[in-house]
Amino acid sequence: MQKRKKGNAGFIAGCVITGMMLTLTVIGFFYTPYDPEAMSAADKLAGISPRHIMGCDNFGRDIFSRVLKGAQTTLIVAGGTVLIGTVFGVLIGAFTGYFGGIVDEALMRVMDALFAFPSLLLALVFVSLFNSGTYQVILALGIAFIPSFSRIVRSEYLRCRNLDYVKSARLAGASHLRIMFVHILPNIYTVLLSSIMIGFNNAVLAEAGLTYLGIGVQPPDASLGEMLSNAQTYLFSAPWYAFGPGITMVLLILGFSLMADGLKH
Amino acid sequence: MSSILNVKDLNCFYKKENSGSGGRKRVQILHDISFSMEEGEILGLVGESGSGKSTLAKAILNMVPDKSGTILCGDTHPQMVFQDPYGSLNPAKTIGWILEEPLKNRSRMPKEERREKAAEMLSRVGLDEKFLDRRPGELSGGQRQRICIAAALMLRPKLLIADEPVSALDVTIQAQVLKLLFSLKQEFGLSILFISHDLRVVYQLCERVMIMQDGRIVEAGESEKIYFEPQHPYTKRLLQAAGILENEKSWIEKS
Repeated sequence: MQKRKKGNAGFIAGCVITGMMLTLTVIGFFYTPYDPEAMSAADKLAGISPRHIMGCDNFGRDIFSRVLKGAQTTLIVAGGTVLIGTVFGVLIGAFTGYFGGIVDEALMRVMDALFAFPSLLLALVFVSLFNSGTYQVILALGIAFIPSFSRIVRSEYLRCRNLDYVKSARLAGASHLRIMFVHILPNIYTVLLSSIMIGFNNAVLAEAGLTYLGIGVQPPDASLGEMLSNAQTYLFSAPWYAFGPGITMVLLILGFSLMADGLKH
Repeated sequence: MSSILNVKDLNCFYKKENSGSGGRKRVQILHDISFSMEEGEILGLVGESGSGKSTLAKAILNMVPDKSGTILCGDTHPQMVFQDPYGSLNPAKTIGWILEEPLKNRSRMPKEERREKAAEMLSRVGLDEKFLDRRPGELSGGQRQRICIAAALMLRPKLLIADEPVSALDVTIQAQVLKLLFSLKQEFGLSILFISHDLRVVYQLCERVMIMQDGRIVEAGESEKIYFEPQHPYTKRLLQAAGILENEKSWIEKS
């Protein structure tokens, strides 16, 4: 009982943090204190002050404004990645887990092959094939995320397909497709949701990693990863440069982790 | 009276993973099963677990892929009530949804009419209309099994297979559900294949009984005859184990 309460508190904290970050991001669509791309020589690497609450970067751009824009890019990349991973992961996992047999064997070996590559390496290959840019990053990371989702979904379908309610559904005349997506899917919802949130975190980190390597989101577009990689040069002379985007990323991930953890209880 | 179910020379097989050699073994579960069932009768099927009772039920419902022999069924969509009322209702759906599902798939009935039919069926199994919006998790075992029976009857089947429908329930609830099953049989003109390992329940409910052992029907006939003049040694053993053979008179009078 005590444990359950604790899990709930974490879940609520996660919701609050995530809600806050999402609100900030949405505000960024309509309003930023400064133009996130406007440079100003006078404000170069300016510190934290009432005028620039997170300071300025090496081009004199307001970091807070760029964080608002950058969080948008990061959320779009992470959201798109998870969307691709989830949709294809659910489709592949449902078919392989429900039907089993030769199709299952074949598709899962393909997934194993995909899984054998680190997702960052796989994304690297895709980006070098399709050039770099926001959409290419989404596609690359999305494909790299499919195997892990399909595995989770497959194991859930394997568990569910022999349950009596699936047999009753067949006796009630439901088609295989209907059983897969109307009868079984709502029952794996919690598992799916928590893996979506964990996947979301991994996508945020993977985007930062890709951008750090210089093959992700390209300047002048801001993303949290891009800002962090630029801030590295100034870590000692202007530590506030890394602080703004860093704390934003931490809060984003923390919020989703807490929510995912709360869902498991 | 015409027959609702006619099974002839039925053999069923399962593929069993053979962990030792890595290959697959084809195991025969049912051996030359033949029987027929009259319309409107309750036929008991008794045997210990693992004797193939459930496989026979699945075969009749066309859920066993590897089989030979003929099954002639007078009902296009025979239905089944499962043993475990906790597993046979989809936990993510409301009772109303579960009851409407067969109508959604097999008729073009409009939404309001479906809901009406579901409510009507609920009252037939002795449950209130307010259960329509509840989920299986909020119900007791007996209530769930009533829902299962209701769901099975939504398409008005002629043949119902009840696979140990009361084995998972409390003794007091068992009697209620059996009574319900019997009255629904009269009301809908059902034929019921009643699978059980409880010899006393079968005697109360069934006119005819089949005794099954290791995938074969070893003895079949009128309940009275089977219970009081058992021929096969396995039948005698079963009756003895249930404490029926020694003091037959006393337990009949009690029930």
